[in-house]
Amino acid sequence: MTTGREAGDTIPADQDTQQGHTSTEVREEAKSVEFTYRGIFQKTLAANLCKHVVMAARKREWLGTTIQRYSDSPERNGIPAKQFAVIAPDTETLEGHMAKYEPNELDVISCLDDTMADGIESWAWYGRQPINVRLRRGGTLLVISNRPKEELLRIIPQKPWDWTLAILSGTPSLAGLWVYRDDGTDMRVLGAIASTRPDIFEMSEIEAVVRDDDALGDDYIAALKSGHDEVQTHEISAGEGAPDTYEPVKLPGYKEMREAIIVPAVKVGEKNPNYRTSSDRTMRPVVNFDTCIKCRQCWIDCPDECFDITDEELHPINYSYCTGCGICAQVCPVEDCIVMVNDLEFVEEGDKDMFPLWQNDKESYHEWRDGKIEKGRIQHHDYFNADTWAWAGSGQAENTPDRNDSTARNS
Amino acid sequence: MTMEKQAGSADNQVEKLMTGTQAVAQAVRLADVDVTSAYPIRPYDGVMQAVAKLIADGDLDAEYIVAEGEHSQFEICKHASAVGSRVFVGSSGVGWMYAMESNAVTPSLRLPVVAMIGNRALDDPGAFGVEHNDALCVRDLGWQLNWVENAQECFDATLMAYRVGEDPRVSFPIGIGVDGAFITHSQTIIKIPDQELVDEFLPPYDLGNRLLHPDNPISIAPQANEDWVMEIRKQTDDAAHRVKDVIWEAHNDFKRIFGRGGDNPFFEEYMTEDADYVLFGMGSLALPTKVMVRRLRDRGEKVGFVRLKWFRPFPDEELTEILTRFKAIGVVDRDYSYGSPGQGGVVFNDLRAALYNAEVRPKIINFIGGLGGRELTPEMMDDMADTTRRAAAGEDVPMVRWIGVRE
Repeated sequence: MTTGREAGDTIPADQDTQQGHTSTEVREEAKSVEFTYRGIFQKTLAANLCKHVVMAARKREWLGTTIQRYSDSPERNGIPAKQFAVIAPDTETLEGHMAKYEPNELDVISCLDDTMADGIESWAWYGRQPINVRLRRGGTLLVISNRPKEELLRIIPQKPWDWTLAILSGTPSLAGLWVYRDDGTDMRVLGAIASTRPDIFEMSEIEAVVRDDDALGDDYIAALKSGHDEVQTHEISAGEGAPDTYEPVKLPGYKEMREAIIVPAVKVGEKNPNYRTSSDRTMRPVVNFDTCIKCRQCWIDCPDECFDITDEELHPINYSYCTGCGICAQVCPVEDCIVMVNDLEFVEEGDKDMFPLWQNDKESYHEWRDGKIEKGRIQHHDYFNADTWAWAGSGQAENTPDRNDSTARNS
Repeated sequence: MTMEKQAGSADNQVEKLMTGTQAVAQAVRLADVDVTSAYPIRPYDGVMQAVAKLIADGDLDAEYIVAEGEHSQFEICKHASAVGSRVFVGSSGVGWMYAMESNAVTPSLRLPVVAMIGNRALDDPGAFGVEHNDALCVRDLGWQLNWVENAQECFDATLMAYRVGEDPRVSFPIGIGVDGAFITHSQTIIKIPDQELVDEFLPPYDLGNRLLHPDNPISIAPQANEDWVMEIRKQTDDAAHRVKDVIWEAHNDFKRIFGRGGDNPFFEEYMTEDADYVLFGMGSLALPTKVMVRRLRDRGEKVGFVRLKWFRPFPDEELTEILTRFKAIGVVDRDYSYGSPGQGGVVFNDLRAALYNAEVRPKIINFIGGLGGRELTPEMMDDMADTTRRAAAGEDVPMVRWIGVRE
């Protein structure tokens, strides 16, 4: 199984059908589309998208399959995961892409939450991979984001070939296990794909699929068109983007492994280096050590034991183990002592412990902390109450049919 | 649903995009199942969600009983079957094993419970990928077992299971092996017939004078001793002898009514005409195998593939007839059987036993791979086909080899 950087490059350049053709001429081989999403929160969204890719392909008499893989198997809240749609002109071509977990090359990767754009570790044992690790030569990475190209390219790794970055403005559309947040995001993403990659499907094809569906009214067509018209594309050259520091993980052979399903653990009080978190975090807590009343609620309630205890009985955070669940901020009794901030504001800091800065230079620490909060403070309702139908005009949310009662969209 | 394209007015079937588990649920709907019991475990749980949805939407009128564990889940369906309800149940991996006490007695009680087994590795280690050892654990007990290749076969096999299992000559539980993830969690477009067609194929469930009902006073499974058990086992054995004929009948009707199903109900031959050697296996591994067989044919290799569909009853006579014309057979087992003859897989040893009395015996070698959900790739199939080719040419090759394991 290809797990590293070689993935995405199994088609030699001289055989690559992207080269020298306009995208709509390239139809003779299978096309693969990935949707990278936040486990559970965006599962139904990703499933809707995959389904529509296949159904749009049917309008061209192509066949298709969708593949879902629970990354942290089973899929868990917030854990990055991937679903795929593969379309092909005939059964035999499609068969070559089935009974697999993921395609080798992706024509399009859609990242449904920009906090994953710096890479994800969805396959659990392979480490944190670049978001575009399997993006093929000339492929398109579509990111839902309100951040400009330059900012995204600070975290999206470079490729050794040219590719396209497509940005569709918006905040991540997040829902839950039993509900689907029907805010038009699926339609906007489909419209954006039709706009940037008509070789996958044309606007007329996806529009026909939506019109066939009695549950989807004119609002959905409007959402399609909005995605189609608003998506911004940028041609990215080989070598442009963040450094690609990903090292494929070497897994041991069976003779090297301990027998009887035994793995090393750690002594009481130590932290297990194998259980570090990274790409499941969308936001992180920042602490005001001056207003902390040392009640220890954060230390008690943190499910991942991220909070240390200093001699002064303060609680610095070990971000290497923080999933960004926000429980600490909720249980903290002091207003604004623990504030959740969008994790993309910490590209430079990484998981660095900022407590020493507070110890050495309180003024700088507060300047740093206030800056982060001002730019990236996360309010719960930012994600869960925002009316993202707003892009299509006011009052859309009230007028759209309720698609939450359809488990087909939730399963 | 969005996708309701008429596949042809003559056959009254619609096309839908579905996962394997959703396809099973559609068959459950059209079989008009009366009782189902559920307890979640991946990858089976997709089907319990899909059936729940059908009931919630009013598309299926059935009792849906959420059990507190698989043991109760399978007991509930076993008992419901005894009182005349058509039942559907299923599980995966260790969930299926937790139900084993119930599973072990269901064939003796001759209750046609239909179960979908979403094949999954037996924890530990905690894992979710496909391995066939879970379903294979009942291979000696009277469960009839088949394996499917894709979502369409999920649907078809479920209808076949009710038809064959409920036939009074058979009256056995049937397990449908569905490879976890590769079939349970991937969607393809399948054809679904209308109710009228299904009713033509599948008669109502009728236990006759074995129905547990106050108007038909009987008591099921009293305690017995050595004076009785052997005769009971022989009755079950006689029934096991009858299953193949019933499968043939059902298969012929299935083909006539729905227009698909292949030449023979027990296995599929793929590019075997004029082949010198073949690969042999069950389930979704057929897909990478077929891809590689086509490529090898392009290179002039006389290779084919035989996919076993029914593992119980094991089609020994039918396989002897077709397999003895090959020089070598490479059996791909997605299972293990520690300490077995030759340290080989389950399918390997059953096939060897089946062909032992043939006048001309092909060389049979074994590959064990794809365990715990590891992908079996066309490249691995190339490797296996090459070893089988060398065996066919009389070269000395290992009888059993593990494929794709890190040394």
